[in-house]
Amino acid sequence: MLGLIPFGAMCFSVPLWDRVDPTIMGVPFNLFWLTSWIVLTPVCLWSAYRIEATRNRPGGTVP
Amino acid sequence: MNAAAISVSITLGIVAVGATIGFLAGVRRKMDLEQWTVGGRGFGALLMFLLMAGEVYTTFAFLGASGWSYSRGGPALYILAYLTLSYVVSFFILPAIWEVGRKYGMQTQSDFFIRRYGSNYLAGFVCVVGIAAFIPYLQLQLTGVGIIVSIASFGGISRTLAMAIAAVLLVAFVFASGIRAVAWISVVKDALMLIAAVAIGIGVPLIHFGGIGPMFAALAHARPGHLTMPGATANLGHSWFISTVLLTSLGNYMWPHNFGAAFTAKSADTLRRNAVVMPLYSLTLVFIFFAGFASILVVPGLANGDLALLTAVRQSFPPWFLGVIGGAGALTAMVPAAIFILSAATLFSKNFYRPVFAPEMTDDQVARLARAAVVMLGLISLGLAIYSSTTLVSLLLTGYAGVTQFFPGVVLGLFWRRVTTSAVFVGLVSGVVVAALLMLSHRDPLFGLSAGFLALCLNFLLVVFGSLLTPARIVDTAKRPEALEPWPAIQ
Repeated sequence: MLGLIPFGAMCFSVPLWDRVDPTIMGVPFNLFWLTSWIVLTPVCLWSAYRIEATRNRPGGTVP
Repeated sequence: MNAAAISVSITLGIVAVGATIGFLAGVRRKMDLEQWTVGGRGFGALLMFLLMAGEVYTTFAFLGASGWSYSRGGPALYILAYLTLSYVVSFFILPAIWEVGRKYGMQTQSDFFIRRYGSNYLAGFVCVVGIAAFIPYLQLQLTGVGIIVSIASFGGISRTLAMAIAAVLLVAFVFASGIRAVAWISVVKDALMLIAAVAIGIGVPLIHFGGIGPMFAALAHARPGHLTMPGATANLGHSWFISTVLLTSLGNYMWPHNFGAAFTAKSADTLRRNAVVMPLYSLTLVFIFFAGFASILVVPGLANGDLALLTAVRQSFPPWFLGVIGGAGALTAMVPAAIFILSAATLFSKNFYRPVFAPEMTDDQVARLARAAVVMLGLISLGLAIYSSTTLVSLLLTGYAGVTQFFPGVVLGLFWRRVTTSAVFVGLVSGVVVAALLMLSHRDPLFGLSAGFLALCLNFLLVVFGSLLTPARIVDTAKRPEALEPWPAIQ
């Protein structure tokens, strides 16, 4: 489920963030938004990785 | 020395160093088929990371991304979204693919289709589509090298000659060292690419506008609307963005080489950890976008946007720097091209030629045929690159429309026991046919959606309903007892 967050943020919600203003640090908003999600996506995946790791440890089943 | 000589000799020097590393990587190793194609299945996290990075950041990222931001504007942003999201997809499916790959000794995507669906015809068809999709992708890389070298030499070396040299080098080191060559050249290439991207992305706006902020301000003023979708195009709006991002992010790991790369990892965990960090690598691309947008005002009016980045570099930096960028760019084209050629050749010989025409071939003979196929594919794509002219992004999207059609077969095959061979076959064939028809008749995008995506939807529906309507594997298992094996026990 954590994997769906980046999809929502970078893909389906495009009409919401596709604009130039406000520019952040001189970068148009749409470019800035995508850039920040490039950084946030690993955070989501890392959490998913941790969750999966803890779930598999007690059972010791298929990784 | 004049400027052209300086820049072009540096470019060629870098290419030569890269190629030498490639040759050395394969020396003193016995190259049987498995070693040549999957590196003996022993690549650790670092080499794996480099390999996958090498495959994703092609000359397309370098010239195509800047080219589209130059000529189309906003829609080019899809590239940032799809790359990042394709790692999300890989996080969930690659470990599962690796798991079954190890269990059944698979090396290629067709091995997967044969084991899962027990049909040589289906697997053969997958091969043909895969090889066909590779050709525009290979052509893209060679065209890229041509552009780079001809700009770096200030037109002194023609594009055709540059493409021919690149094709020969490429074939030679793949021939000699197989996949190890590729992984080690990636190391050189990635370091250069990173430096180049940051330098250009910050440098070009700084030299001409005094910074990135002022550059965007000037651009927003001069070309209002260019920075958002649909940018400079008529029909690439938000629905196009969503459908294309879905198409390409789902499809990225359906490329036979990306799929095959999963088999080279040491463990499923390596693949997961890789997927976590890989998105960070796309940050490099943001700088390419800066440069692409900046070149709109620096070198306005180019007929082909793909030339924009390097032309802007040539106008902003000293020749030696142009040479370094050129070298990085050329390697960026050749590393992925090597991987494509390698995968396509393996597909052709091991999964198409042997099962269909000569089942009695030994592995050694297959390995020899694969090397012959490397030469052949090099020639074909060189020919196409010389005689056709399409933008780099269009070439890439054509290939994607084809390979993404494997997605239902792979993912449902992994996670849904009920899916049947005939349903996958029907879905795949109709997906490929619809995508090809729409693209050849220039109806892409249709209703504001990307043609490949429409084909994918049709494909997916056919597979799901087809599987529910056809009896589950009863016929298959009676004829082929080995198909009864408890296939994916992946929960």
